[in-house]
Amino acid sequence: MAGRAPVLRVGHWLLVGVVLVWSLAPYLWTLATSFKTERELYQFPVTYWPHAPTIVNYVAVFTQNPFGRFLLNSALVTVISTVACLFIAALAAYAFARLRFRGREALLVGLLIVAMIPLITVIVPLYILVRNLGLLNSYAGLVAPYVTYALPVAIFILTAFFREIPQELEEAALIDGCTRLNTLWRIIAPLAAPGLITAGIIVFVYTWNEFLVALTLTSTNEVRTITVGIALYRGEFTFPWGVISAAVTLATIPIMVLILLGQRLVIRGLTAGAVKG
Amino acid sequence: MARVYLEGVTKKFANVTAVNDVTLEIPDRQFTVLVGPSGCGKTTALRLIAGLEEATSGSIYIGERRVNDVAPKDRDIAMVFQNYALYPHMSVYDNMAFGLRLRRYPRAEIDRRVKEAAALLGIGGLLDRKPKQLSGGQRQRVALGRAIVREPQVFLMDEPLSNLDAKLRVQTRAEIKKLQARLQTTTVYVTHDQVEAMTMGDRIVVMRDGVVQQVDSPLNLYEKPANLFVAGFIGSPAMNFIEARLARRNGGVVLDAGSFAMEVPADLVPHVQEWVGRQVIFGIRPEDIQDRAYARDANHAWALRAMVEVHEPLGSDVILYLSSGDHSIVARVDAHSQARMGQEAEVVFNLRKMHLFDPQTHAAIV
Repeated sequence: MAGRAPVLRVGHWLLVGVVLVWSLAPYLWTLATSFKTERELYQFPVTYWPHAPTIVNYVAVFTQNPFGRFLLNSALVTVISTVACLFIAALAAYAFARLRFRGREALLVGLLIVAMIPLITVIVPLYILVRNLGLLNSYAGLVAPYVTYALPVAIFILTAFFREIPQELEEAALIDGCTRLNTLWRIIAPLAAPGLITAGIIVFVYTWNEFLVALTLTSTNEVRTITVGIALYRGEFTFPWGVISAAVTLATIPIMVLILLGQRLVIRGLTAGAVKG
Repeated sequence: MARVYLEGVTKKFANVTAVNDVTLEIPDRQFTVLVGPSGCGKTTALRLIAGLEEATSGSIYIGERRVNDVAPKDRDIAMVFQNYALYPHMSVYDNMAFGLRLRRYPRAEIDRRVKEAAALLGIGGLLDRKPKQLSGGQRQRVALGRAIVREPQVFLMDEPLSNLDAKLRVQTRAEIKKLQARLQTTTVYVTHDQVEAMTMGDRIVVMRDGVVQQVDSPLNLYEKPANLFVAGFIGSPAMNFIEARLARRNGGVVLDAGSFAMEVPADLVPHVQEWVGRQVIFGIRPEDIQDRAYARDANHAWALRAMVEVHEPLGSDVILYLSSGDHSIVARVDAHSQARMGQEAEVVFNLRKMHLFDPQTHAAIV
C-alpha cells in the first residue's frame, strides 16, 4: 500500500490541476486579454502573456461609458437585494423550521417549484407588472424581482440551518426573557451565521450576475447595472474584446473579494458553532 | 417565592395524552421532584409550568396568578435543561447576564449578581470562557448560575444531572440540594431516576401515563406505596411481587403462595378481613428478607428454604436471587451470609413489613 501512495498523490494533484485549469482558464484568458493592445489581440500565433501590457482598455472602460455608475448601481441593487432577501428569508425560515402550521410542507414544496420556473417565462408579465407599478427604470423595480426570485433558495438554505439549532437554546432564551422574534435575532441568527453567509453569497452572486431582468426593466445609464452596462461596449460593427475583457475583469473583483471573505467567515462560523460536548 | 398549583391540567398531543387531568400543589420553598418512567408526562408537566407547552385544559397558577396565557418570560421562572442549553456564542458571563440584560437591569446590579452566583458555584474563574471550553460539570454549573442570577420565584429543572458521569452526578446532586436549601426557592425537579428523587426531594410526585400516582415524602413513598406501580418503581432492587391467596387457618389468616404459606401478623388481620379467600398480590422488599442465620428476633414461622440462583456480593450486603416453586424472590441479606449459588438457603421474611395489593386495581390493601 505504501508503494502506491505517491502514485495516488500524484494522481490527486493531477486531477486538482485539471479542475483548476478548467475553471480558471477562461478567467485568466480574459485577464490577459484586458491588458493586450488591439493589434496583439488579433496577432497570430497567439500570445499568452501580453508583450506590451497596456491599461488603454481600462481607461476606455471608464471613458466610453459611465462604468463607475454601473458599478454603483450594481452594488446598490445587489446589497439592498441581498440584505432584504436575507431578512425576509430569515423570518420565513424561522416559521418553517420552528412553527407547526397547516400546509407547511406543501408551502415548502411550492417554494421549490417557484424557484424552478425559468425567469424568461415570466419576463413579459413581470415587465407589465413593474410598469403598472411605475417602477420601470428604478432601483426598486430591480430589487423587488431579485428579492422575490432569490427568496426560495435563501429560505431553503436557512430553514436547513435553523433546524440544526437545538430547540432548548431557544426555549432557554424564551424563559430568559426573549420574545419569539428576539430569539431569532439574538440566538438563532448568530448561531446560523454560516447559513446566513452561504445564502447571502448565493443571493449576492445571482443578483450581481443577473442580466435578463436588468436589461428588460432599465433604460438609462442612471440605473443600468454592470451586466447590462458591459453589453453596451459592443459597437454595431465592432467587438472591442480588450475593453470588454477589462470591464468583465473589473466586474468580477467584488464577487471574488466577497467569496474569499465569506469563505473564511463560513469556516470560522462552523468551528465556533459547537453546541454540545 | 411562590407555590405552583396545577388544577385539572390536561395536555394532549396529536393522539397522545401526555398529562391527564393532573391536580397538584407544589408548596412554596419546597423541593418537589416529579419522577416516573420515560413517557410518563413528567417533562411535559414541567414544560407546562414553564409555558413552553400550552395546556389543553385546566389551570396553572404560579403564586396567586393564573399563568396559562402568560408568556414564559413573564412567568418569573428559570429553567435548567438536560443538555444545559448554554448559548454557544456567548461567554459564561454573558450566558448568565443574558436574562438580566433583557430585563434592563442596571449594569452594576448585573455584575454583582453574576459574580455572586459564580462565586457560589465555584465558576468565578471561568467567566470569560465559551461553553465549548468547559467540561460537562462546569457547563452544568453555568446553567444553574444562569437560573440563580435571575432570582426567580420558581426553579424548574429537567433532568439536569443525566448528562454527568456517575460520580459527578452524586456530588452535584448534593450540591443542588444544598443550594436549594440555602436559596429557599420553590423548585420543581424532573428525573427518571428514583434514587435522585428519593435523595433530593422534600416531596416526590410519582407519575405514570400522565397520571399522578402518589404525592408524598420520600420515606412515606417507600414505606406506604399507594399502589403496585409506586411500590415497584421506588426502591432498588425492586420490591418482590408474588401472587398469593389469603386463607383462614387455625383462627388466623394465612398467606398462601403455593410453594409456601405464612401467617399474617395478627395486627394486620383486621385490615385484610374482606380479602380472606381471595387472590392478592403480596409485596415484600428485598431488605425485609434476611438470611436466617443473621436474622435477629426473626419469627421463624416466616422462614423459607429456597434455591440460590444468583449470588451478588456488594460488600456492604449480598443480593440473593432465589427461587421457590414458580416464584423468583430477591433478597438483600447480611454480607456474612453463607448462602452460595446453586445451593439452598434459608431466609426469613419480615411480614410486619409486608404489602398487599388488589390484583385488579393494583391499589394497596396494606
